[in-house]
Amino acid sequence: MSEWQPRILAILCNWCSYAGADLAGVSRIQYPPSIRVIRVPCSGRVDQLFILKSLQSGFDGVLVSGCHPGDCHYISGNYVARRKFALLKPLLEFIGIEPDRVQFSWISAGEGERFAEVITKITEDVRKLGPSKRLVKKT
Amino acid sequence: MNSIVMKQDASTAIRELLAYLLSSSRVDAVLTMRQVPETGSCDLGLITDPSGMVEAEPFLPVMTANAGQALSSISMSGKRIAAVLKPCELRGFTERVKREQGSFDNLLTISSICGGVFPLEKVISGDLEKLVPRYIEKTARAEAPRGLRETCKACEEFVPMNADISVSVTEHGSLMHLHSDRAEEYTEGFEGERIEARADQSHIDRMMKSRSAAKGKLFQSLEKSSGLDGLVDLFGKCVGCHGCSRVCPICYCQHCDFESINFDYNQPYFQESLEARGALRLPPDTILFQLGRLTHMSFSCVGCGMCSDVCPVSIPVAGIFKKTGERTAGLFDYVPGRDSEEPIPVMVFKEEELGDIG
Repeated sequence: MSEWQPRILAILCNWCSYAGADLAGVSRIQYPPSIRVIRVPCSGRVDQLFILKSLQSGFDGVLVSGCHPGDCHYISGNYVARRKFALLKPLLEFIGIEPDRVQFSWISAGEGERFAEVITKITEDVRKLGPSKRLVKKT
Repeated sequence: MNSIVMKQDASTAIRELLAYLLSSSRVDAVLTMRQVPETGSCDLGLITDPSGMVEAEPFLPVMTANAGQALSSISMSGKRIAAVLKPCELRGFTERVKREQGSFDNLLTISSICGGVFPLEKVISGDLEKLVPRYIEKTARAEAPRGLRETCKACEEFVPMNADISVSVTEHGSLMHLHSDRAEEYTEGFEGERIEARADQSHIDRMMKSRSAAKGKLFQSLEKSSGLDGLVDLFGKCVGCHGCSRVCPICYCQHCDFESINFDYNQPYFQESLEARGALRLPPDTILFQLGRLTHMSFSCVGCGMCSDVCPVSIPVAGIFKKTGERTAGLFDYVPGRDSEEPIPVMVFKEEELGDIG
């Protein structure tokens, strides 16, 4: 059997990070094929529950990415998102989910290279942690 | 601060004030705990007829429903209401006002330095009659009565934060403190000696000491419940009744996501999950439900303890929310229910903050 590969959900905002992913693609920048992408209108649309639910359904890691602070297409969506993520962090700690499994980043439409770097980093971080426990008890 | 000296016990004095407010038509209704003298049965009641005041027991140490939640919709009826609230009920109501689920406009809020409440099981078992006299005696001496709700024992927010009128009872007597112009206006003409006085700080300090100690103990006992395994152990017995969210003063959503079609699982879901995991807990999502509630409202938790009290399988929900809430609210120096003008942390932001994220 082939080696275990992490599966990571990438929730990307339509205006910056998704376009950043696109740029990485058209620029033929290499990055690990570990992500499945969901495009959202804005990182502010991401409810903390989306993240918990995806870990429960079997993703080994979650990346949420939006426009850089100050550059939101909707002016302030990513500021709100940032607060929500800040609130989620202590909770993840409380649940016992390794902090590296859930990452946040700001990637602009021009940062194809940075997109590849971020994906490479989260893939390696999650690979080190191993498969997610899907919110179930260790046996 | 202008205060009124209460000659009788606090309950009688407030009952008289409420009756005065009703009969002088300063308010249209009164929200208070009631107790039927013959049977001892109690509830939260809205009274409009002054003759109904005989059953009013404003400081009965029982919370059959969080009055802040109950007050929510009636506070927007346009009727003037005097409401006797425990400090956490008032804070719960304040949190609801921030969410546009209530209004202070026609409200006179009366609260007291709170000794805590007994769990509903004490009401059901009929032990209340025996417990209350001892409770009154002990709280007047700033001692902790036995048998209170776990969150009440550990509550450090027992001094009302933004009431119009607050009541303090010590062994030296009872005082009614008037905190707002509205309080002055409504109590005008009500008999009683006016003096300049504040609540006895040493009394508060003594109460705080035992509360802080109990809080430390409570939080420590919950340590083992953190981490995935601990949570699975804890919520494994959850029956998924969602009672905790129904009685919660903060959970106001008419259509809870967890009761929506998003969580209405079908055959393919079960099949998929079983194939992936080889086993599935039923009912599903009992842990996710609590985690969801924690992310959505823990920073606003006022620690009233209703959720633990109604839990049919005795999960210490309130303790977990109080503990997590202090951390999440602490991130933004937020104190739930402190001030109705203070915005909820997820509704506002600063441009320069949280540089470590992203």
